[in-house]
Order: sequence, then C-alpha cells, then structure tokens
Amino acid sequence: MQPFIEVKDLSFSYSLSEQEKIPVLSHFDLTIEKGSFVAILGHNGSGKSTLAKLFNGLQLPDSGQVLIDGKDTADEKNILDIRKNVGLVFQNPDNQIVATIVEEDVAFGPENLGFPQAELRRRVDEALKAVDMYDYRKHEPHRLSGGQKQRVAIAGVIAMEPECIVFDEPTAMLDPKGRQEVMNIILKLNRQLQKTVVLITHYMDEAAQAQRVVVMDNGKIIADDTPHAVFAQVELLKSVGLDVPQPTELIYQLKKAGIAFDKDVLTDEECLEALSRKFSEDEHCQ
Amino acid sequence: MLNNITFGQYFPADSFVHKMDARFKLLMTFALIVFAFVAFNFASLGLVAVFTVFVLLLTKIPLKMYFRTLKTIFIFILISAVLNIFYVTDGTLLFSYGIIRIYTGGILRAVFVAVRIVLLILISAVLTYTTTPTSLTDAIESLLKPLSKIGIDTHTFAMMMTIALRFIPTLIEETDKIMSAQKARGADMENGGLIKKIKSVIPILIPLLVSSIRRAKELADAMECRCYHGGKGRTRLKVLKAGRRDVVATISVCVLLTGIILLNIFI
Repeated sequence: MQPFIEVKDLSFSYSLSEQEKIPVLSHFDLTIEKGSFVAILGHNGSGKSTLAKLFNGLQLPDSGQVLIDGKDTADEKNILDIRKNVGLVFQNPDNQIVATIVEEDVAFGPENLGFPQAELRRRVDEALKAVDMYDYRKHEPHRLSGGQKQRVAIAGVIAMEPECIVFDEPTAMLDPKGRQEVMNIILKLNRQLQKTVVLITHYMDEAAQAQRVVVMDNGKIIADDTPHAVFAQVELLKSVGLDVPQPTELIYQLKKAGIAFDKDVLTDEECLEALSRKFSEDEHCQ
Repeated sequence: MLNNITFGQYFPADSFVHKMDARFKLLMTFALIVFAFVAFNFASLGLVAVFTVFVLLLTKIPLKMYFRTLKTIFIFILISAVLNIFYVTDGTLLFSYGIIRIYTGGILRAVFVAVRIVLLILISAVLTYTTTPTSLTDAIESLLKPLSKIGIDTHTFAMMMTIALRFIPTLIEETDKIMSAQKARGADMENGGLIKKIKSVIPILIPLLVSSIRRAKELADAMECRCYHGGKGRTRLKVLKAGRRDVVATISVCVLLTGIILLNIFI
C-alpha cells in the first residue's frame, strides 16, 4: 500500500516561555496508508490532538518531518495544497461553522480555493448529499442539532474533496444519536468514497470499527495493530488509563474468573457467539 | 428570556422583495429612511406610509412579525411622542393645568413623530427580515469596494461582520447557560440597586469573554484548515446580480421621491 501521511522522527513541544518548554511528541514515527482507516487512541494530553494539527501544517515540527503524499508541511509553498488534501474536523461544530446559512458554510473551503461558481455549486450539493444534509441547505446552522451541525462541518471539509480527512474527537460533544450519525458518515467516507480516514477518539467502540488502532501515551506509540490485536492487550490499555470495548471487557473478566475462552472478542456479535458456544459446551459436558 | 429577540432576523419567503439584489435593497432602505425625515407634512408622510405598507405586503411576511418588532420599542415611541405634546404651542389650547398646556398643534405633532418613528422601524425591519445576513454583508462589501482602492481592506471588514453575525445566536445561547450556571451557584441577578445589578453582570461577562477568545482561536484554526488565506483569489457561491425587479424598485422609489417633493411644496 502507498503511504499517504509519513511522520518521520518528529519532535514537538509547546513553549510556555523562552526557557520553559513542554515536550509533546519526541522522535515520533508513523505512516498512514492511502485509503486506510486508522483510529488513534489516547488519554488527554497524550499528544493525539497535536498530531492532528501537525498533519496539515497548522503546527510545524521542531525537528523531523511530516510528509503528505511526499510533500513537506514545513514548506510554505505546499501549504494550500496540503490543507486541500488533508481536511480536519474538530470537536466543537459551533466553532467550525463560518457562515450563517448551511450551504454557504459548506462553500467556504472551495471558495477559498477559487473555484468557478458552477463548480462550487456541484461540490456543495455533493458534499451535502454525502452527509445527508441536502434538505437543510438553506437552514441556519444554529438551529440544527449537534449531530447535524457536525455533519455540516464534515460537509465543509468534503467539499474541498480532500484525499484524507482527520477527525479530532468529532463525537465528544454529541449525544448518542448524534454520535451514531457522525460515525455512520465516517464509515461511509472510508468504505464508499475511498477516503483515507484518521479518527482521533477516546471512545473504544468507535476505534474498534477502524482497520488499524494506534494507541498513544505521553507522546509515544505503545500499541499499533488491528483492533483485535490491540484490544487483546487489556492489561496494557488499562495501565495507561484507557478502557476496552464492553464485549472485550466482559470476556476478559470471565477469563479472569477462570472460564476459558479460545479467542478475544471485539463486537457484540462475536461476544454473543463466544458466550453461546460456551453454554452449549457446558451442556455437552453435563 | 434571551431567545425572543426577533429584530435583525431573516424570515425566508418567496417574494419580490426577497429576490431583490441586496445592494439595491440596502440603498433603497437608506433612501426611504431619508424620505421619512424630509416629509414635512401629513400628506407627504402619508405617501411614505402608504408606500411602506405596500412594501410590507409585498414581502409576504405575516404582519404580526412587524407588530412584534414595534411592540419591543413601543415605550420609546410613546416617550418621543409625548415629549412633543408639551413642546408645541400652536393651535387652540385644549388643556391646561399649572405649567402644563396642551395645544391641538402638540397632539398633531405627537402623532406625526410617532408615525415617522414607526415608519423608520418598519422600513429597516423590511431590510433585515427579507435579506440574509450573508447577502447583507456581501452588499456592504460590494458597496464599499471603491474604498479598497485607497488601501482599506474591505474584504476583512466584511469577513468580520459575517463572523459577528454568525456568532450572535451562539453567544446568546452561551450567555443563557452561564447565567443559569451562576444562578445555580446562588448569584442574585434580579434584586438590588443599579450598582449591585451592574456588579452581578461581571461573573457573566468574564466567562463569556474567556470562552469567546477560545472560540476565536478554534475558529481561526478551522478557517485555516479550509484554506482561508484572505480575500485574494476567493470566489463566491452566491454572486449578487441586479435584475429587472431592481430597476422597477428604483423607478418606484424615484416616483415616490417626486411625490414627496410635490406634496411638501404644494400642501
């Protein structure tokens, strides 16, 4: 697979003053392939949000490199091209919406890129249809629900037609219904529209839906594998203050209580299957 | 409490006035406001009133929306009218008590002033009710464009206005939340004298200011992520375009002006 985002030996720190610096990431390496769906998990302060801002040149590394499709984010010439290709969706939809009408907000990105009017129209309509908000195109954003606002914010990024979309805790401020709506869009973007998706989250069930899970702690990667393999390391995740998805947790507790299961589970269905197999085995024994 | 502010809000409808070019609407609103001031007698003011009512009906917005706006500043209209009653000493004396003397001229003057203020409010309400804040800002940007030749950054100014308009409802909502939060902690905002009331605003203003600064930072990031780099090379989804209805409206406003001048001179 072709790499799309390459982070090479990156170090980054926030400076409080001339002398005082808080290191966030040090000697960090990460490669994200084109078309993949990667979830980045980590506790508050693990450096995961900073990483998102490094992906499109909103922050620049102190040392090391971030390459987007081979282009260095530190090079001023590349910046518009990189931001066009790596869209960023933030936590709070209220602070991402610029215009007072939904469709005008979605048009904001492409307008900045200077597309002619007919092209703007096509992009806005397609983006709004992709997030299922086309019927709301004339509405005022502040009258929409949290989930709807976040979908408008996502449409604003889709309208730039980026190769990759980075979501920085997009569901953290939403109710369960809004969370589900946004998760469905994220899955659709990756599976149907073949976008590279990076999902930064602290919800385990969301991370479990990705193809690859990267776990960060204190600016370092402590696990990087498929969701099954990562969530099998229950002890490791708990040691850095993270949880595992509820089905995994249930089987883990049962194992600890002395009941043997042959493999780890991730989804509700797998959990149900493992449990029913266990029950039928028990009946055979009796 | 803060949710029922209707002034300055857009009501979507499919009407002649809604479809007009915002630049023309803005200029004509100014013209009508000036007309309401230059109309010296009841006949010419009446003409402006008839025209205004005609425009109100054209907007297809329920008239009760306009009444609601008038209601919020009813007291202001009343005070301005009443003050005029006492200052005019024309006509026959109707009532006298001590130093208070009311003449017929005073009553007429009060009615005249009240009608004038009502017209001013209705005219500006038509503009804000039928024009989205975005097209209003676009209109201002477009009308100010000549100033960019002498080095004034009109794009940034228009962008600031758009963002301000966009965040008014968000900040109102936030103020409501902070007020509830402070009340829940026992803050008393209703009782006490003026000084105490002003003091009770501080615990609302400071969190509001802090959160606004945080919002501004996040919005700036989000705008940069969406490739914002000033007005250079930026295109627009909606471009203001003047059409036949704007010509029709301009001609009617000119006819109205002629009418006002004639009535002012001959009556």
